[in-house]
Amino acid sequence: MSEKKYWKNFGELNLTESYIKDSENEFREDLPMESSLEARGILDAKTPRRDFLKYLGFSTAAATLAASCEMPVRHIVPYINRPENIVPGVADYYATTFTSGGDAVSIVAKVRDGRPIKLEGNELSPVTHGGTSAQVQASILDLYDTARLRYPVQMVGGVPQEVTSFEAFDKLVMDSITASGQNGITVLLTPTLTSVTTKQVIADALSKFQGSRHVQYDADSYSGMLLANEASYGKRVIPAYHFDQAKVIVSLGADFLGTWLAPIEFARQYAVGRKIDEKSPAMNRHYQFESFSSLTGANADERFTHKPSESGAVALALLAAVGGNVIAPALPEKLKAGVQAAAKDLMANKGKALVVSGSNNVQIQIIINAINEALGSNGATITWDATNLTRQGIDGDFAALVNDMNQGNVKTLLIYDVNPVYNSPDSKKFISGLAKVKTAVSFSGRLDETTELCKYILPSPHFLERWGDAEPRTGHISTMQPVIAPLFLTRPFEDMLLILSGSKITYDDYFKQYWTNKLGGYDGYEKALQDGVIEHEPATAAISTASTPYIITAGNVVAAATAISVKAGGQYELVLYQQVGMGIGAQANNPWLLELPDPITRASWDNYAMVSPNFIKEQYGIDLNNRNQSDKFESHPEREVIRIKSGGKELTIPVMPVPGMPEGVFAIALGYGRQSADPKNTETFIGRAAAGAGKNVFPFASYNGSTVEWVATDVSFEKTSEAYKIAQTQVHSSYEGRTSVIKEMSLADFIKEPDEILEDRKKELAKFGGIEGFDKEGTLYPHYDTPGIHWGMSIDLNSCVGCGACTIACIAENNVPIVGKNEVLRYHDMHWLRIDRYFTGNLDDPNSIQTVFQPMLCQHCDNAPCENVCPVAATNHSTEGLNQMAYNRCIGTRYCANNCPFKVRRFNWEDYTGADSFPNNQDENGVGKLNEAVLMMNDDLPRMVLNPDVTVRSRGVMEKCSFCVQRLQDGKLKAKKDGRVLSDEDIKTACQQACPTQAIVFGNVNNSKSAVVKTRQENEHRLYHVLEELHVLPNITYFAKVRNPESEAKEKV
Amino acid sequence: MAQDGKALFQSDCASCHNPIKVVTGPALKGVTSRVPDQKLLHAWIRNNAAVLASGNAYFNNLFVQYSKTPMNTFPTLTDAEIDAILKYVETYPEPGTQKGPEGPESATKESDNSLLYGILTMILAVIMLVLLQVNANLKKLTDDKSGIPAHEPIPFYRNKAYLTVLGLVLFVLGGYYLVQGAIGLGRQQNYQPEQPIFFSHKVHPGNNQISCLYCHGGAWDSKMAGVPSLNVCMNCHAAINDYKGEALFHADGKEVDGTAEIQKLYSYTGYDPKSNKYTEPGKQIEWVKIHNLPDHVYFNHSQHIRAGKVQCQTCHGSITQMNEVKQFAELSMGWCINCHRTTKINFPDSAGNGNKFYSIYERFNHNLVTGTMDSVTVENIGGTECQKCHY
Repeated sequence: MSEKKYWKNFGELNLTESYIKDSENEFREDLPMESSLEARGILDAKTPRRDFLKYLGFSTAAATLAASCEMPVRHIVPYINRPENIVPGVADYYATTFTSGGDAVSIVAKVRDGRPIKLEGNELSPVTHGGTSAQVQASILDLYDTARLRYPVQMVGGVPQEVTSFEAFDKLVMDSITASGQNGITVLLTPTLTSVTTKQVIADALSKFQGSRHVQYDADSYSGMLLANEASYGKRVIPAYHFDQAKVIVSLGADFLGTWLAPIEFARQYAVGRKIDEKSPAMNRHYQFESFSSLTGANADERFTHKPSESGAVALALLAAVGGNVIAPALPEKLKAGVQAAAKDLMANKGKALVVSGSNNVQIQIIINAINEALGSNGATITWDATNLTRQGIDGDFAALVNDMNQGNVKTLLIYDVNPVYNSPDSKKFISGLAKVKTAVSFSGRLDETTELCKYILPSPHFLERWGDAEPRTGHISTMQPVIAPLFLTRPFEDMLLILSGSKITYDDYFKQYWTNKLGGYDGYEKALQDGVIEHEPATAAISTASTPYIITAGNVVAAATAISVKAGGQYELVLYQQVGMGIGAQANNPWLLELPDPITRASWDNYAMVSPNFIKEQYGIDLNNRNQSDKFESHPEREVIRIKSGGKELTIPVMPVPGMPEGVFAIALGYGRQSADPKNTETFIGRAAAGAGKNVFPFASYNGSTVEWVATDVSFEKTSEAYKIAQTQVHSSYEGRTSVIKEMSLADFIKEPDEILEDRKKELAKFGGIEGFDKEGTLYPHYDTPGIHWGMSIDLNSCVGCGACTIACIAENNVPIVGKNEVLRYHDMHWLRIDRYFTGNLDDPNSIQTVFQPMLCQHCDNAPCENVCPVAATNHSTEGLNQMAYNRCIGTRYCANNCPFKVRRFNWEDYTGADSFPNNQDENGVGKLNEAVLMMNDDLPRMVLNPDVTVRSRGVMEKCSFCVQRLQDGKLKAKKDGRVLSDEDIKTACQQACPTQAIVFGNVNNSKSAVVKTRQENEHRLYHVLEELHVLPNITYFAKVRNPESEAKEKV
Repeated sequence: MAQDGKALFQSDCASCHNPIKVVTGPALKGVTSRVPDQKLLHAWIRNNAAVLASGNAYFNNLFVQYSKTPMNTFPTLTDAEIDAILKYVETYPEPGTQKGPEGPESATKESDNSLLYGILTMILAVIMLVLLQVNANLKKLTDDKSGIPAHEPIPFYRNKAYLTVLGLVLFVLGGYYLVQGAIGLGRQQNYQPEQPIFFSHKVHPGNNQISCLYCHGGAWDSKMAGVPSLNVCMNCHAAINDYKGEALFHADGKEVDGTAEIQKLYSYTGYDPKSNKYTEPGKQIEWVKIHNLPDHVYFNHSQHIRAGKVQCQTCHGSITQMNEVKQFAELSMGWCINCHRTTKINFPDSAGNGNKFYSIYERFNHNLVTGTMDSVTVENIGGTECQKCHY
C-alpha cells in the first residue's frame, strides 16, 4: 500500500502551529462568558456572585413559567369525508418525475398526511435505477419556497400587482395580443422540453399563429455536441453513453460524474466498472484532462491539467495519437506524455473505450466524434438507437431570437422556465429586445430576473403539483402526477397554449386523454402512473446501429482541426464550471444546496475564483508549502479579493487556492449571484437565501457565432485591498494526525498483494486477540451482546464519487437544520453525513494531486467513547448496536463531541429550527447573527418539509446520525405485523437510497444472508474500520479505495 | 370447532345490526323464525345481491323498507360460522331481562384514612407542645424553689429548637410537593374536557358493542388511532336519528338530550334527515384532544395493537363505561417502561405459534428451551432503550 500522506487542508499538510493548536481545542471559540471575566478574576467580574444568584433565581422562575403549569388545549380535526386510501400517520408513495430545465429524473415522492416530505429515486427507471442527485433530493424544498409566486400578476412600473383569477389574466393577455395588431411573430421560449404531451400542445398552439416558433434555450448548452453530431452523422441528437461498457474512459473536461449531461445515470454506469470483484480484480481506467479541479477529475486514475485554450489541442493530439489523419499540435511535455499514454490505452481497448468532452465547441466535438469513430466506440460504448433528449437547445436559435426581438419582429413572447436575463452571455441585448416585445408573458414560478421584466406573469406549479410526462431518453417516458394540491394559485403553462389554440380542455384532461388512448385504456394509464415509467418503442427513427455505417465526413474533421489549431490563450485564462449543488442556479434559493459544501473546496454559500497554490505564492507571497505562511493564510476565513477583467466585463471575487488547479487559470462556479433589476427587491423576488450568495459569472461566457463557450482565454486581473470571508467546512475537526483513516492502493498493488490491508490489520491487532478476538480481548470493559439485530453499514470508497446526494437526502430525512453562512464560518455546520475530501500529492505539481472522498457519519461504535463521558446518559448504546441519542435528556455539556474521534457529533449552538420554548431565542445580538436563510427556513411554509417522525432539535442539544432509526423501526414494524423475518428490502437508510452508485450497503449483521454481510465477505481484503486501533469498534466498515493508474500498472505488471 | 358467534357478530355485523334494535338494518333476533329456510338465509348473508336479483319477495320488501341501503357481502363465512352468529343472535337476552354485561361497577371506594391520621398527628403534636410547655414551667418552678436564677422565659415562637423542627418539616414538605409538582408538569391524568358533541363511548362500544376499530381504524394501520371522519359516523347515523337508550348525564350531573346531540352531528355534516340528503356543505368538528404525548415521544398504535396485541382498555381504561372520555393512564415514561418490563412478547415456540419475526433472537430461544428464561419480555428485545421511542 502506498505511503501517501493525506491532508485535507494546508495546515494539515504542513502541520502548522495553529493547526496543532486547533486540534487541541474541540470547540475553537472562546466562551462568551470568559471574555466578560477577562483577567480580573471572578469577584471583580461584571457578573459577581450576587448577580449570579439573582439571575439564577430569575431564570428558575422564568423557566417554571415557560414550562407552564397549564397545558394548552389541543384539538383533533378529522376529515369530513376521508379520501379512500389515506390513513393519517401512514406515508403514501407516488411515482412522479423531477424536472428542471431539460433534466428529468424518475422519482418516488413520500407523502405524509397530504404533504410530500421526501423524494427517493424510482427503482423501476431503466435510466437512473433509483439513483438521485443532490439537486433532486433538494428539490422538495423548492416546493415550499417562500419566494414562490402565489398568484398571477401584472407588472406595473416594476411592482407586481395581483390578478385575481385565471380568467381575468387570460383576458388581459388576449386583449394585449389583439391590441398589438397583426405585425410580428409569436415565440415560445422554453428550456429543452422532453414532454410528449407538452410538445403536442405547443405544436397545436403555434400552428394557429403564422410565423410563430418554439425556441429551446439551455443555459448549460450542449449545442456544440448537437451540431457536431449533425455534421458528423447527419443527426442533431445526443447519443446514449455506456460508461459501464468502457474499459478505458477519457474525459476531456467533461464532469460526467457531477454535472455533465446525465450525471446520475453516468455515475451508476461508472461505478459498475469501479467495483472490484476480489476474486479477479479488474476495473476501468479513467483519464481526465481538465482545466480545473472537478469532481470527476478527483475520481480519475490519471489526471492531467491544461489551460482552457489548450483543450482543442489536447483533443487533436489525442485524435492524432489514435491514428487520425491530423497533425498533432505542440503540447507541454507532461501533457503530451499523458495524451500518448491515454491513446495507447484506448487503442489497446478498441470497442471498449469511450472519449467524452465537456466542451461546447462544435469543432472540438467533431474531433471527439472522429476519435470515438477511430476507437470503434459507436455501437459499443456509444449507441444511437435511444438518444438522450434532455438537451436540444441550439445557441444560434436563441441568438436569432434575440436579434428578432431587437428588430421589433417579435409581437408576443411566451417565456417558460428560462432565465436568459440572468444566464445568457449577453443579457443586456436580451433585455433591450424584451422591451420591444409587445406582449411578454412569463410562466415562471418565481419573479426571477427575466420574469420581473415581463408584463404578465402566470406562475406555473412546481413539478410535484402537476400532471405531465418527460422523455429523457427516446422510448423512456417518465410520468408526473400531483402529490399535493397546488399550494398557490398556479396553472400549468400548457393551459395558456391550449387557450391560444382555441381548445376548450385543460392540460390535465389533455394529458389524461392522450395517455389513456396511447396506453390502451384507463387501466394502462393507471398502471403507468403507478409505475412512473412507460417503455415504448421509439417513435422517431434513430440512427440504426446495425445497418447504416457511420458517415464521418473527413473534410469536417480537417476543417475542425484547422479551426482549432489557431487558438492561443493569454497569460491568464478563465473557465466557468458548475457545482454539483448549485448547477446553473435554477435552485438558487435552496438553502440545502447553498449550504452543501462543494466536494473539492468544501466551501459553502459562495462562489470564488479557484486558483493554483502557486498563484497565492506569486501574488501575495504566501508559500502554502511553508509552515508559518500557510498557517497565517489559513487560520482566518478572509480570502483576498481580485478584480477579473475579460472582454470588457469585470468582476470582483475572492480567490481560493485549490490543489490541482493548473497555473494561470481561474475557475469560477456558475449559478450564484442572483440579483433583481433593483437589488433591493432580490430578497422578496428571488429569495432570502439567494440574496447575497456569490457573484454571477454568466457574463464571462461568450457566444462565438455558433455556440456559447464557457471559457475566456484572455483575462487580466488586478489585486484589490479587500478581503472576503468564505465559509469552508472541514478546515476544522481534526483526526490529529492519525493515519488509519484513508486507505488507498493501486490496482497493480492489489493484484500483487491482495492481503496487504488484512495483514496490516492482523499485525496491528495480534497482541489484542487478533481480528476475531479484538472485540472482547482488546478492552477492560465487559462485552455486550446483540441478541437479535445488529445494524451495520459498509461504504465502498471505490464506488463513492463524492456527489453529495446522500448529504442532502440525510438533511431531508432527518430534519437537519440549516445554519447559514455566519454559523458555518464559526464551524457550527450541522450535516450529519459529510463527505470528507483528502488530497494527496505534490502541491507544486497539479497533475500529481489525487483526491479521495470519504462519507463520514456516526460510526455507531460498539465501544463508543462518547457514551462513557455523558454525565446524564443521554447518549448510550442499544442492543441493536445503535449509538442512541436522547435529545430531551441532553444538557449540552458537549463532552461527547469532544471525545468522538470521528468528529461527527453536531451541537445546536443556536436556535436554528425555531423549536425553542422561548420565542425570542434567535436574536443573538452579542454572539453572532443568524442569516436570513436560517430564519426563512423557520417560516411555516418551509417547515412543511419536516419529517413528522423525527424530533426537531432545539438549542443546546447534541445530535448526530441515527442510522435513520425511524426507518429501522418502521421496517421492523412492517415485518412484525406480517409475522415474518426481517429482510434487506424492508429497510434502506436515506443515504443508501439516494446514492446513485450504490456505494452504501446497510443491514443486519447478525443475519448471515444479509447484503451487508455478503458485501463484507466479498470485499474482505479491502475492508477496514477507520481508527480501528482505538478499539471503539465502529459498526461502519469502509472498503479501501483502489485506483488504476497507468503509470503504476506499467511499472509493476 | 365451536365458533365464537359473539365475536363474529361484532366484527362483521354490529356496525349495522343489533340483535334487538333496529339500526341501519333490522333487529336480528327472531330472524330464524322469520326466514325458516336455512339455506336461503345463509345465501342471503353470504351474497344478498344474488338473493335480491333472484326476486325473493320477502327480502326485496325488506330492502325497500330499509331505504335500499345495500348490505355488505360475506362470501367467506362458513356455514358453521353463520350458525354461530345466528345462535348468538337468537340467544341474546330480551330487553328488560338483560343485565348489563359487566354489571354496574362496584364502587369499591377505597377508605381513605389519611385525614384521620392527620388529625391524630395534629392532636399529638398539640399535646406534645402542651407537655413541653408544662415541663418547662415545672422546671422553672423547681428552679425558683431551689434558688437557681431563672432565665427570662423564651416564648415558644422564638425557641430555636421549635423553629428548627418547624423549618425542617416545612423544607421536607415543600420539597416533596415541589418535586411532585415538577414531575407532574405536562401530565394530565383524569383530563376530561367537554367535547363539541356529547359522544358517549358507553353507548357506542359499550351498549351497542361497536368494535373500537370500526371508528379508530388508524390504530390497526398507523401510529395514530385517529378520530373517525364524519362519513364513518353517518354510516349508521344516516338511519339512527334519535336516541332512545338510557338517560345520559354530563360529569356535572346535567342530563343530556341524546337526540339533540345527533342533530348536532347532522348540522356538522349538513345532512337533512327528512330528505335523507346532504343539503349543506360539511363543517369540521374540532374535538378536544385528550391523550397528548410530548413531541419527542414516538408512539405507534399499530405497533401495540397489531404486533403487541395489546387491548385498547390496557391504556385507555374501561372506555365502554365512559360517557365522556377521560384520560385513564398517567402517560408518563415510568408508566410506559413498567409495562414494557413486564409484558411478554409473542415469542415463537417449537410448535410454530408466535410471531416469526422474533425467531432471529436465537439466544432467547435457546434460553427458553433450556429453561434459563421462562418468557421473553419487551425489555429483553430492547423495549426500554431510549431510541425505541425517542428519535
